[in-house]
Amino acid sequence: MERKDYKSVGKAYRKKDSMQLLLGKPLYVDDITPDHALVVKILRSPYANAIIKNINTSIAKKVPGVVDVYTWEDVPKKRFTIAGQTYPEPSPYDRLILDQHVRFAGDAVAIIAAEDEKAAKKALKLIKVEYEKLEPVLDFHTAKDNPILVHPEENWTALCKVGADAKRNLVASGVDSHGDLDGVFKDCDIVLERTYHTKAYQQAMMETFRTYTEMDRYGRLHVISSTQIVFHVRRILSHALDIPKSRIRVEKPRIGGGFGAKQTSVCEMYPAFVTLKTGRPAKLIYTREESQIAASPRHEMEITVKLGANKDGTIRAIDLYTLSNSGAYGEHGPTTVGLSGHKSIPLYTGNLEAHRFSYDVVYTNHQAAGAYRGYGATQGIFALESIVNELAEQLGMDPTTIREKNMVREGMKMDAYYGEMANACALDKCLEHCKKMFDWDKKYPVRNMGNGKVRSAGVAMAMQGSSISNVDVGSATIKLGENGTYNLTIGAADMGTGCDTVLAQMAAECMDCSLDDVSVFGADTDVSPYDSGSYASSTTYLTGKAVEMACDDLKKQICTIGAEMIGCDVNDVIFNGKQVMTEDGKKSVSITDIAYKTQANSKYTGIGTASHSSPVSPPPYMVGMVEIELDLFTGKVDIIDYMAVVDCGIPINPALARIQTEGGIVQGIGHTLMENVTYDANGKPMESSFMQYKIPTRMDMGKLKVEFENSYEPTGPFGAKSIGEIVINTPGPAIAHAIYRATGKWYRELPITPEQIAMDLMEKESS
Amino acid sequence: MEIQITLNGKIIKDHVEPDCLLIDWVRKHGCYSVKRGCETSNCGLCTVFMDGKPVLSCSMLAARANGHNVQTLEGLQEEAKDFVAFIADQGADQCGFCNPGFVMNTISLLRENPNPTDDEIRAYLAGNLCRCSGYEGQLRGIRNYLNHKNK
Repeated sequence: MERKDYKSVGKAYRKKDSMQLLLGKPLYVDDITPDHALVVKILRSPYANAIIKNINTSIAKKVPGVVDVYTWEDVPKKRFTIAGQTYPEPSPYDRLILDQHVRFAGDAVAIIAAEDEKAAKKALKLIKVEYEKLEPVLDFHTAKDNPILVHPEENWTALCKVGADAKRNLVASGVDSHGDLDGVFKDCDIVLERTYHTKAYQQAMMETFRTYTEMDRYGRLHVISSTQIVFHVRRILSHALDIPKSRIRVEKPRIGGGFGAKQTSVCEMYPAFVTLKTGRPAKLIYTREESQIAASPRHEMEITVKLGANKDGTIRAIDLYTLSNSGAYGEHGPTTVGLSGHKSIPLYTGNLEAHRFSYDVVYTNHQAAGAYRGYGATQGIFALESIVNELAEQLGMDPTTIREKNMVREGMKMDAYYGEMANACALDKCLEHCKKMFDWDKKYPVRNMGNGKVRSAGVAMAMQGSSISNVDVGSATIKLGENGTYNLTIGAADMGTGCDTVLAQMAAECMDCSLDDVSVFGADTDVSPYDSGSYASSTTYLTGKAVEMACDDLKKQICTIGAEMIGCDVNDVIFNGKQVMTEDGKKSVSITDIAYKTQANSKYTGIGTASHSSPVSPPPYMVGMVEIELDLFTGKVDIIDYMAVVDCGIPINPALARIQTEGGIVQGIGHTLMENVTYDANGKPMESSFMQYKIPTRMDMGKLKVEFENSYEPTGPFGAKSIGEIVINTPGPAIAHAIYRATGKWYRELPITPEQIAMDLMEKESS
Repeated sequence: MEIQITLNGKIIKDHVEPDCLLIDWVRKHGCYSVKRGCETSNCGLCTVFMDGKPVLSCSMLAARANGHNVQTLEGLQEEAKDFVAFIADQGADQCGFCNPGFVMNTISLLRENPNPTDDEIRAYLAGNLCRCSGYEGQLRGIRNYLNHKNK
């Protein structure tokens, strides 16, 4: 049950690194690694699909300052994946560090190592490459069973049974169903079928991909990288370089944002290869252009939903098919697609009698997609929430009423969510709360403002998970220091989210000390306990539980040492954070003395450590409502207000939970109204910089208001679920709904731009 | 070429290549707060002051700063401390990579207009991108600072 007497949990503490970050201290990869490292640059393919017939590096190598140039002939020939996932990875082994076959415009052709940037850039221009151009697969609708194969090579492998088949351009394929779908559809009063299309957005974290590598004092490869997944990077590099994992150490400093992009080992292999070859420190900093054209964006998905309902709005059957575009390589392809169904359909558990979720994930000659906050759920929720809004409008029902009628509620078994129970679910309260806060009844009707502009509103619900059940591992080690303070060591990655602080708050709560008495270190594969890393909304929920368990472990030791020191049985003492004492308080020993005892004639480590995996992945829930003002002449959509109420269980740090929500909403607004990754007819990417790829500024997001409805998740630490990803899921469907209300047209493809709206309005007027 | 720049109060004489950008020059001289986010003058991360005015150091040659007074966040720690604590209280620092540019421009805003409205804050800082925070927390932080200052 939720407790109100917590000292550290539930408090809006500042992040432990706040002042350092805000005052611009040197904390990131490029700030803390030596300037004299070799500069690494990548020559990239201008073609979407080509074979390198001939590559001449001899002139480039003669440029003064160029140390070496490497091509496909120089690298190991074993395929691997760069997806940061637990071994055996569901993503196919389809990569080489450099390949003779380049598969997207931007794919790596050669690695240049030079003393300085100028020499490296000069060498880039002097490498002579003869390509045999092949016809690319650019339309993901035609990719499956296309005679052109993105991966024709014989040594392509898939470690997991995910329905992958390179000979059919398939990264994954599958189906999952429950109930008599056809029977229920036949019995429904109304069956809607619609197709929705979401695009490949860039995470556009402010710090681009970057890695520094050197040989350490023991002759091991030492990697300092901006990554969410130090342990996965170690394994990936071991596969890529074909060297033992024990010869690699990976650490991350502060990270300038990730959002999933850095859950793929996008750039680590290049400088690592240079350091192995030359024995010298090497550094690769991706340009913004590289982070736009050769990165790890969201999977483009086309989702066809069939919805069966009764006239009274009872939603009885859902059939959802997703076609996902994985691009040239399969990173996260088999798993992201799963969320498009598994983390959308369960929202309507209320009256659902039958469902089916089927999917194909295909290779194309676009840049490879990867993990992005929301991870498929965002795409699925856009489709499902949109069709529910269409149903409501068609039935003349208030879209909040239809949701109240059908939503998942606490205590329900979610057949579409692996049969898990909704043990903690305040979605109903989120909707009620949001409706009131937003003043839905007043804002839902379309209002003509009399100046060529109309105001309208839209709504959407969302869910996500908390960690990957039965897979992810969260770990924590807590060490007692001399003056009764603690060092908390983790393998999870604070990428700005504040998890270092959130986990320290939990440790402070457990050890009954102040937050200042807990120092946090993470993450370093030589030092940290194994943790899958920060992704899949797992850190607070999973690593947080491990912190609780590690603290229990340490407390037992503290009590044992204390009992020995005061000469009584361990079962007769209590620990109150400051001292161990007998229950009657007559005998006691301070935590400081106990700490010193571990340093003199001791058999105790004074270290507690724990790992944790969860058999369930409890969903957080959310409701978002938007009010827009739409200019009927220009088609411009201004966000007036975006309001949201989130159930993330018990928020451990309400300020950070709120910022996560606000940040997620604004990213979602960008994806809905302006961001897009597109390619020209030859497969060249069009948005190579922030000049073309526009992310929201503070003028584009209106006013945000975020509040919480708590539930208590019994399997989470202090009742917590996750918050990081769910928050990006409501803007797409909510804004598309509001635009329908203002224009009478459903936009089923994102982004929805002013040009489109204006042209559609003109057409409507002239017809 | 030979240049002389006053960097955070210290006169530095240096030999630079004609195409050396100011961002690379200040980082070479230890001012690591200055970040490169986009290379196309879109993100505001590389904001420094030249003669007290904010400029994008990724789009300016070091040679153009010859004879001028350049300041980075390293040189404005005391002025920044005043209000960044209020941003920290909101948790709006997040990943922190955009913070120095945002802080520099906020200092500039508050020098020009000590009591800006919310809309004036949004407009002045529109060139400072942030992908983490959703901006609202940064605004709350500045607003709280102004309320505190005006008490």
